[in-house]
Amino acid sequence: MEGEAPGGASLIALLVVAAIAVPILNQLVPASSPLHVSTYLLTLLGKYLCFAILALAVDLIWGYGGILSLGHAAFFALGGYAMGMYLMRQIGARGVYGDPVLPDFMVFLNWHTLPWFWQGFNHFAFAALMMVLAPALLALVFGWFAFRSRVTGVYLSIMTQALSYAMMLAFFRNDMGFGGNNGFTDFKDILGFDLHQDSTRVALFVATCAALAAGYLACRAITRSRAGRVVRAIRDAESRTRFLGYRVESYKLWVFVFSAVLAGIAGALYVPQVGIINPSEFAPINSIEVVIWVAVGGRGTLVGAAAGAVLVNYAKTFFTGAFPEVWLYALGALFVLVTLFLPRGLMGLMDLVPRSSEAR
Amino acid sequence: MIKTTPGVPRRTILDLRDLTVSFDGFKALNALTLQVDKGELRCIIGPNGAGKTTMMDVVTGKTRPDQGSAFFGEVNLLDLSEPEIAQAGIGRKFQKPTVFERLTVFENLELSLWGDKRFLTSLFARLTPPQRDHIRDVLDVIGLTAECRALAGALSHGQKQWLEIGMLLMQESELLLVDEPVAGMTPQETERTAELLLSLMAEHTVVVVEHDMDFVRSIAKRVTVLHEGHVLAEGDMDAVQADPRVVEVYLGG
Repeated sequence: MEGEAPGGASLIALLVVAAIAVPILNQLVPASSPLHVSTYLLTLLGKYLCFAILALAVDLIWGYGGILSLGHAAFFALGGYAMGMYLMRQIGARGVYGDPVLPDFMVFLNWHTLPWFWQGFNHFAFAALMMVLAPALLALVFGWFAFRSRVTGVYLSIMTQALSYAMMLAFFRNDMGFGGNNGFTDFKDILGFDLHQDSTRVALFVATCAALAAGYLACRAITRSRAGRVVRAIRDAESRTRFLGYRVESYKLWVFVFSAVLAGIAGALYVPQVGIINPSEFAPINSIEVVIWVAVGGRGTLVGAAAGAVLVNYAKTFFTGAFPEVWLYALGALFVLVTLFLPRGLMGLMDLVPRSSEAR
Repeated sequence: MIKTTPGVPRRTILDLRDLTVSFDGFKALNALTLQVDKGELRCIIGPNGAGKTTMMDVVTGKTRPDQGSAFFGEVNLLDLSEPEIAQAGIGRKFQKPTVFERLTVFENLELSLWGDKRFLTSLFARLTPPQRDHIRDVLDVIGLTAECRALAGALSHGQKQWLEIGMLLMQESELLLVDEPVAGMTPQETERTAELLLSLMAEHTVVVVEHDMDFVRSIAKRVTVLHEGHVLAEGDMDAVQADPRVVEVYLGG
């Protein structure tokens, strides 16, 4: 049944197994063994899991709330930038220009002092707070205006897309103080651990597994609560919900902000694993891709969204390696086919299994 | 039916005065003045475009009038938003049955429970035993006990209408606004609905907008006829039907 989010136990079990087995296969199994998981593969899997967290965020707001956000890449990127700022401050004097405080790009721009909004990012706790607060604040301000004005449907989607695009243009500017089009890269270490060490990579992978499991459990708790039922009621009959005495805009805002925070955490975990963050993360196409992952997996199922993110990104890795020019067409075709033939995504297929066994 | 004791003024629960609403120059309501007493079951009839639905929209906060006043007891309805009006005790049943089709019958009633409706409260809300009993009682009244685990979307048209009335009962609304409750119903369903509405009169004030004259005759003591946005006639069904103005615009044709 919808709202019951089937397959949750399997997802958690799979993540626990992955968090234990993948590090062992990477660290203890020798590279010559066919069972060895290379650090490249481990990092790739970690990246997919970050995307799965982002997909959960979009499924919560779209699948359950009926709000098609085409701007979640913005929240993902903001979380990523907050992490990036911390990692840049950790470089310290080891940068090309050797300035103990200023990141390289600021020295290059002839800046002499650290801008005020870079203060505090040398402390991980502060940066971690910003990874959550920056996307939350953007979602709060945007959502407060949009939902209060009762902007819905395609208009809201276009606005979220515009928001993401505007953020991208802003972050491209050197004057913004976020490294312009180069963004941040050349990170050295996180919490004192060398990012180029395999063990650090393993720890980040395990942290991502844990974050995905926690994110899933939080989303499941929300969707199974009465508040979750109100959110689905709003999706299906908004004005009826209002006449029952619910403040629709406040429900939308809470879920939207939570979803943005989840996306921000995904971005924050993504950046140390891929080693770079730049304004292209805000690109509108990224937000649209997330929607495709969710649609492929099955919207309104949570587990399907996470699975869709991993599967589509695996396909992307394969196609962009083997037939790079085909990928965008394949993605488009996938979206069209799923919409036409699998309106409930891959999770819709899974539903057929128990039904046929019940019939026996 | 509440009897009026001489000397004790009847208590007006809904007091609309001089309400005017225009849409692009068309006056949907034209200085409409209407009072409903506590415990009444009032039927409002009138031809299409007479302003019946617009009146309900004003009372529930969906439409703001250009002029006039609307009071619910001591509460000025024009100061409140739709959820605030619902929380103040006015429930509305829409013309088209509007239930949450992808939630179960039980969940539909659960969401309609009277109480704190803020997000964080609902996030951690659990049904208390008295609340469960209340839901069971309402399921019994609307005759949907057997369907309680079914998705509301799977109900018949008549059952959806009853579920929606049940949702109003869950809200513990003092005043129920019911828009065309028997449209599209079979004669048996219509009869069942009449019984249901009559059974509500003891604890609620009910305002019914309806086209079906036989149905109106079967439930109403007092009928208000709307025409071109104002009250044309008011009284018992026989008096209203005998009124030549009413005959001209609506009944006689």
